Amino acid sequence: MTQPTQAWGRMPTPPAKYERPLTDRHTNLPRPSDAQNTLLAHGWGRSYGDVALNPGHTLLHTRHLDRFMAFDPATGVLRAEAGVSLDAILRLVIPQGWFLPVTPGTRFVTLGGAVANDVHGKNHHVMGSFGDHVRALELLRSDGSRQQCSATQHPDWFRATVGGLGLTGLITWVEIGLRRIAQPDVQAINRRFASIDDYWALDAHWMPRCEYAVAWVDCLRGGRGIYTAGLHAGAQAQWRHPPAPQRQWPMTPPLSLVNRASVWGFNWLYYHRPLPPQTLMPWPAFFYPLDGIGQWNRMYGPRGFIQYQCVLPPATMRDASRELLRLIGSRGQGSFLAVFKTFGNRTAPGMLSFPRPGSTLALDFPFQGEATLRLCHELDAVVREAQGALYPAKDARMPGSMFRAGYPDWEAFSTYVDPAFSSGFWRRVQT
Amino acid sequence: MKHKFLLLGATSAIAHATARLWVQRGAALVLVGRDAVKLQQALQDLQVRAGPQAHLLHAIQADLEDVSRHAALIDEAWQRLGGLDGVLIAHGTLPDQTACDADVSLALAHLHTNGVSVVSLCAHIAQRMKTAQAGTLAVISSVAGDRGRQSNYLYGAAKGLVSLYLQGLRNRLYPHGVHVLTIKPGFVDTPMTAGIGPKGALWATPERVAADIVRAMDRNTDVLYTPGFWRFIMMVVRHIPERVFKRLRL
Ligand SMILES: Cc1cc2nc3c(=O)[nH]c(=O)nc-3n(C[C@H](O)[C@H](O)[C@H](O)COP(=O)(O)OP(=O)(O)OC[C@H]3O[C@@H](n4cnc5c(N)ncnc54)[C@H](O)[C@@H]3O)c2cc1C
Repeated sequence: MTQPTQAWGRMPTPPAKYERPLTDRHTNLPRPSDAQNTLLAHGWGRSYGDVALNPGHTLLHTRHLDRFMAFDPATGVLRAEAGVSLDAILRLVIPQGWFLPVTPGTRFVTLGGAVANDVHGKNHHVMGSFGDHVRALELLRSDGSRQQCSATQHPDWFRATVGGLGLTGLITWVEIGLRRIAQPDVQAINRRFASIDDYWALDAHWMPRCEYAVAWVDCLRGGRGIYTAGLHAGAQAQWRHPPAPQRQWPMTPPLSLVNRASVWGFNWLYYHRPLPPQTLMPWPAFFYPLDGIGQWNRMYGPRGFIQYQCVLPPATMRDASRELLRLIGSRGQGSFLAVFKTFGNRTAPGMLSFPRPGSTLALDFPFQGEATLRLCHELDAVVREAQGALYPAKDARMPGSMFRAGYPDWEAFSTYVDPAFSSGFWRRVQT
Repeated sequence: MKHKFLLLGATSAIAHATARLWVQRGAALVLVGRDAVKLQQALQDLQVRAGPQAHLLHAIQADLEDVSRHAALIDEAWQRLGGLDGVLIAHGTLPDQTACDADVSLALAHLHTNGVSVVSLCAHIAQRMKTAQAGTLAVISSVAGDRGRQSNYLYGAAKGLVSLYLQGLRNRLYPHGVHVLTIKPGFVDTPMTAGIGPKGALWATPERVAADIVRAMDRNTDVLYTPGFWRFIMMVVRHIPERVFKRLRL
């Protein structure tokens, strides 16, 4: 808390001028003292780039808006303030036989943040994205007006606010529908694959059989990797408790620990680690492997890192993904985390939602200035050619033209933007 | 048998975080707060967390400044739960010292809220617990009460009054099996301190402070510094000779 708020990618950005905590959902938004100053909600800051930053302007912290409002254990309908975390929800509902219908790869995000980015999980082909399970929300605008929105009530405002990147106003509370589980642990299936073509074959086989599916890819060796699929285990599977207190990445090293040699070594070890083809996994390990070490983002050193996540439509996904992996391998810009997922064939609930039919690839790059930006630029060209799009939650650099090409509804969306709201991301992609 | 607790100033961040921990243990609670809407928000949150035990939670709206109501209020809470195992007094304000220097009536009003009204509540609860020969009375004072500093000596004086009063009360109630806990938090990141600029390494979360309070109540601790390092900081601060201290800009 000593420094001004940073994004998860920790790239140096100018700080917000004001940081205001919100504590009471019934009060109106603070009025910026200077007319040019804009507002932006900030949850737990798990977005990698600048969608949750407002350099030189005002950030409204929602962490203290963390009260539950109602939960019906018979129907699994939960209503809570926007600053309640997915972690707090899981702790409440798992013992009562419920689970989140959709969860991102970390449980340390807020409800408001999950809605504003319309986040996806490993089960998009079955459950869609987070917004598909939002039954209602309240939107508070800077003029003091409040409206309850849902798929049937002010549906246009609902479509703008789900995936709306925090730009339509403040979400004060969210009501979601949970899903029943016999227990939260997961029956997981692991398979190694030697090439990206084998990946597609595995995916075609397992996706229809399992609710969850994801693959880790070794970018440095042309696309070998590990495919993991899973299902919530049955009632009789052995119950396990979440692990004890997590470890913290101790400090920020002066240099990034992520370089070609370490990534090469890590990837070799990761690919060759003992891999049970079939296993019962505790839910935290299956859904949130990265949450096991707090602040792992520090290992990238003081310059931080960039995540590059794109989605490629079905017609082009095979060729384009092969080309992306080839480019990354040939430039030697290692990436620990290369993750492949296939989205289901469905229309997302939000105007600016990222999930859409096709395949999504996510890569982390230590930030090395120009060289990294140049590589991203080359990747952009491939994604653009393939008619794909980049994920704003992970972005810190895409040009405005790329955003507009990937999000054709952006112009219609603009009319719903609250005049007093903006973000670093939004100002960047306007140009 | 359920544990039964009363929280005065229940909508404060520290009290609410403490209530969440008690709800996890299945306790019965009475929450007292001034703002009806905030009180309702707090009650709903705890009811959801309590699940099928939600009926064990109650809320009473009351302005604790009004000391003439204290006796009736404590009676009501006592009757709702059929006795009390523990009480947490957590209401308070953070006065602006410069404004208080300029306006004596404002200074006295804050002294009343943070000092006199707390003493009044303690006195009523002490009577009850003494008769019952059991109970824990926990009160949020502050490290600011350990020594007067120019930047917030009005707040410090009120908290100092509370700390010293509790010392005597602890002494008086000890033979009767009643436990008195003085809680001295340092900087806590709560809505009350929202206006204070960048929060450094000395700042603690309400959750951390709440966990310390619950543990101290379990263990019959007399004086709790939370986080613990404040015990050492304040030991040093208390031992600076006044001749030197008065020259410092603290
Ligand atoms: C390890 C890791 C794994 C991840 N895995 C995935 C994944 O699998 N799938 C995926 O989709 N994402 C993933 N993410 C990204 C993450 O889920 C999103 O960035 C999420 O939105 C972060 O939520 P937050 O509460 O931290 O919000 P922030 O990052 O603080 O804010 C995100 C956006 O929400 C807005 N916002 C926040 N609160 C409100 C509110 N109350 N009202 C209006 N707007 C609001 C902000 O203005 C901002 O635009 C991952 C992130 C990490 C760090």
